[in-house]
Amino acid sequence: MEKTMNLTLRVWRQKNRLSVGKFETYQLSDISEDSSFLEMLDILSEQLVADGHEPVAFDHDCREGICGMCSMTINGMPHGPEQGTTACQLHMRHFHDGQTITIEPWRAKPFPVLKDLIVDRTPMDKIIQAGGFITGRAGSAVDANAMPIDKQTADYAMDAAACIGCGACVAACPNASAMLFTAAKVSHMNSLPQGKAEKDRRSLAMVTTMDGEGFGGCTNIGECEAACPKGIPLDMIAQLNRDYAVAQVKNFFQPVL
Amino acid sequence: MALSGLVLVLFVLGHMLGNLQIFLGADVINAYAYKLHHLLPASALWGIRLFLLGTVTVHIWTAISLTLDNRKARPQGYDVKKSLQSSYGARTMRMSGIIVLAFILFHIAHYTARVVPSMEYGDASVLSPNEVPLVKHGHAVVKEGEPIMTFNVNDMMVDGFQVWWVSAFYIIATGLLCLHLSHGFSSMFQSVGLRNTLWRKRLDCLAVLYAWVIFLGFAVIPVACLAGILKEDPSGGLPGPVAAITETLHK
Repeated sequence: MEKTMNLTLRVWRQKNRLSVGKFETYQLSDISEDSSFLEMLDILSEQLVADGHEPVAFDHDCREGICGMCSMTINGMPHGPEQGTTACQLHMRHFHDGQTITIEPWRAKPFPVLKDLIVDRTPMDKIIQAGGFITGRAGSAVDANAMPIDKQTADYAMDAAACIGCGACVAACPNASAMLFTAAKVSHMNSLPQGKAEKDRRSLAMVTTMDGEGFGGCTNIGECEAACPKGIPLDMIAQLNRDYAVAQVKNFFQPVL
Repeated sequence: MALSGLVLVLFVLGHMLGNLQIFLGADVINAYAYKLHHLLPASALWGIRLFLLGTVTVHIWTAISLTLDNRKARPQGYDVKKSLQSSYGARTMRMSGIIVLAFILFHIAHYTARVVPSMEYGDASVLSPNEVPLVKHGHAVVKEGEPIMTFNVNDMMVDGFQVWWVSAFYIIATGLLCLHLSHGFSSMFQSVGLRNTLWRKRLDCLAVLYAWVIFLGFAVIPVACLAGILKEDPSGGLPGPVAAITETLHK
């Protein structure tokens, strides 16, 4: 039999980028444990609209955990209490009847709140723009077998490419650092032969952009890794640090940037 | 941060090994201290001191600038925030660092500058205050007919640690240093990129092990002093009763 629960929600409400936000408390009853977290928020919004209030604004798109749009801190944990799970794939069975759930947007200076739980994650796009590309032949697709890549490298690059750019790493980091995100992108492209041409340039450009956007510095404590819904490992930050150091040395003797 | 940390990590190990020589006898620790001061010319000693001071300064300066940058990166904090997997040591690096710094300042005033009031820096017994003969293989080292005199480090340490609050502060500070190292030791490998999935686990274990070795190696000395295992030795490690020693010296 389907179980239902009654919840108290503390949701961050903020009209726009310039206004001052605050928490609003809502009561929600008869929520099915099979509904997803976002469906629960949909029910809340329907209730608010029926009462003549503004619905809660939050980012979402695919609702199957691969687009990286949903972005909310649930009870102090980005994407909520389940490991390796985005907020959209989180189900209400991980909560219990009578629980108070606090929902906040990502908190970071480079991520200003646009409305309620929606933040502007443009700075991550800027990091991608700075070096998230390769020099490739334009025109028809290259034959997949034209460039042999060993299995380990392909697997590693695939693990790095799993990053959906949701920003949970930044949200979880006590320093609001974007190192894990940047590391995933750098590890993905620097490890593949297609990305080797811009390797040093990429490492420098992406880190410089990251710093310039106002993200904090890494203190190697590993909160990002635990919050990442795609399990990007901390070891990729080590690779970023390594590639960055090598690029700095090369850049000193012969500018690559 | 990582490079200055590496210098300091190696320094504390050397310092600990040096200190542990107190267990080998007053003559050994006094001879070690004598070597530190006289093996190299004074300018080199000051060079090393300035290098260490510079390293500490760089370490603190990078910590402050990192902290300021990181505070700026999150102007508005969370109402509810949970720690997911970071260790207690990693989250309290700033606090442990500040307390260890306060300790280092006291420690230098206590044992290097020797300016802490109420501490006895010498034993006004048979031999002249502070000074004891340099002892090697059970005999005073004689140079040009005169025994070489050296500072009685053994007594200074034992005397200092017999003050309960000095020992308590020392043990607490080295405990916090242990906590600081449990994160710092493996973190420096991460910062320079010398870590991978396999070595991360090993280095994390090694960091905890290293931190414990450093803590126990330092803390065992005040404990031994308070327990009476380490005693003052006004002769500086010469065998036989003090009277006999002075006699041999006057010959």
